Amino acid sequence: MSDDHVYLTLAEGHEDDARWAYGTGFEDPLHGVDTAVPEGVDAGELADLCVTLADDALVSAQRLAEWTTRAPELEEEVALANIGLDLLGQARLLYSRAGQVDGTGRGEDAFAYFRDAGDFRSVRLAELPNGDFAFSIVRLLVLSSWRLAHFERLTAHRDPVLAAIAAKGVKELAYHRQYAAEWAVRLGDGTEESHRRMRRAQEQVAPYLGELFTACDVRDEVVAVLRQVTEAAGLPMPVYGPLPGSGRAGEHTGHLAPLLAELQGVARAHPEATW
Amino acid sequence: MVTTLLDARRARRIAEQVPDPELPMLTLADLGVLRGVEMTEGGTVVASLTPTYSGCPAMAEMRAGVAARLRDAGYARVEIRTVLDPPWTSDWITPAGRRKLAEHGIAPPGAAPVRAAGPVPLVLAPTRRSVPCPRCGSADTEETSRFAATSCKALWRCLACREPFEYVKEI
Repeated sequence: MSDDHVYLTLAEGHEDDARWAYGTGFEDPLHGVDTAVPEGVDAGELADLCVTLADDALVSAQRLAEWTTRAPELEEEVALANIGLDLLGQARLLYSRAGQVDGTGRGEDAFAYFRDAGDFRSVRLAELPNGDFAFSIVRLLVLSSWRLAHFERLTAHRDPVLAAIAAKGVKELAYHRQYAAEWAVRLGDGTEESHRRMRRAQEQVAPYLGELFTACDVRDEVVAVLRQVTEAAGLPMPVYGPLPGSGRAGEHTGHLAPLLAELQGVARAHPEATW
Repeated sequence: MVTTLLDARRARRIAEQVPDPELPMLTLADLGVLRGVEMTEGGTVVASLTPTYSGCPAMAEMRAGVAARLRDAGYARVEIRTVLDPPWTSDWITPAGRRKLAEHGIAPPGAAPVRAAGPVPLVLAPTRRSVPCPRCGSADTEETSRFAATSCKALWRCLACREPFEYVKEI
């Protein structure tokens, strides 16, 4: 490859898998990792867990990528895109693990591009449109705090591959949460307008919080983080009630299908193509 | 046996010299992503790589780069393995790698945070950290963004020489 400029290398012809991962048809990101499922681990449950965690990450990554060219400042655009890229990487590893253990041998593309909205197990908060910057920050704060708490526990999972993916993810998610928390404080404790927008964003996020904490052992920890941030930001703690339905059961808002249509359109129109 | 050992050592030296696609002033060994090069009894060279971040889009490029260099050096059977555990830390960037980063205007990372057991604490108070400017050496610098052109870097600027610079984050 040329060392001159990374974008030149993208345009060069590549052999085999010597391409950067921006399209379809990539080799498994778990290339060469020991794929055995340890004795005593239920392969079906493990696969479901990996798909669930991957779906949350993929849908979030797509929403974060939508901020590109639309963020208030270039630095924030770069930050949101980087956070999305981390989540996309987590999704790729998790889908690959799911395909290894569920007996189908499916690759990451099959999970990302060739399932419909009803097959996705992501929480509904992830699929809501971006709204304004305040909404995206409140959502990112909630989802990154929640995912970080889950991943910390998963580092002790009996499946060594999932545990390793989680250990890597913890470091990344700590940065995501820090970013969102600092913006939440800056906006909540900022101008009248930014404070008003943050209050509105909290109200918009609130109905979707119940779903995160159903059958969940990280609730207290996440609530403690949210309390710490809202106190520093001069914001009230969000009150939430359960909203009927569950993204985990494949019941989604009307926003997921159009998101997937954009994400999956090219791969479905040209199923054999790689780019 | 001695030949195999020598051969393994040579294979390691070759793999160590492959440049990183995103930070080409560093080799994969400088960056700490090359985790090992071994020779099996059957004569296959097994090189192990670890990604810096989960979303690193250059992993396939790195794998291909290492495999190609080894094949060019005469090793017919090459296998590249991905290692996820333990996860990459910026502490693995070698002293030579840190020097090369600084020479190219990129501030090398400090020591990675030590994780205690239990939840990762969230610190909201401004943290006073000083990253010396890689150009003029001044400690009078500030962060402009914690994220930059690649996942592993942050954006800073020097208030003394007024130059912006990149900084490899501790992770």
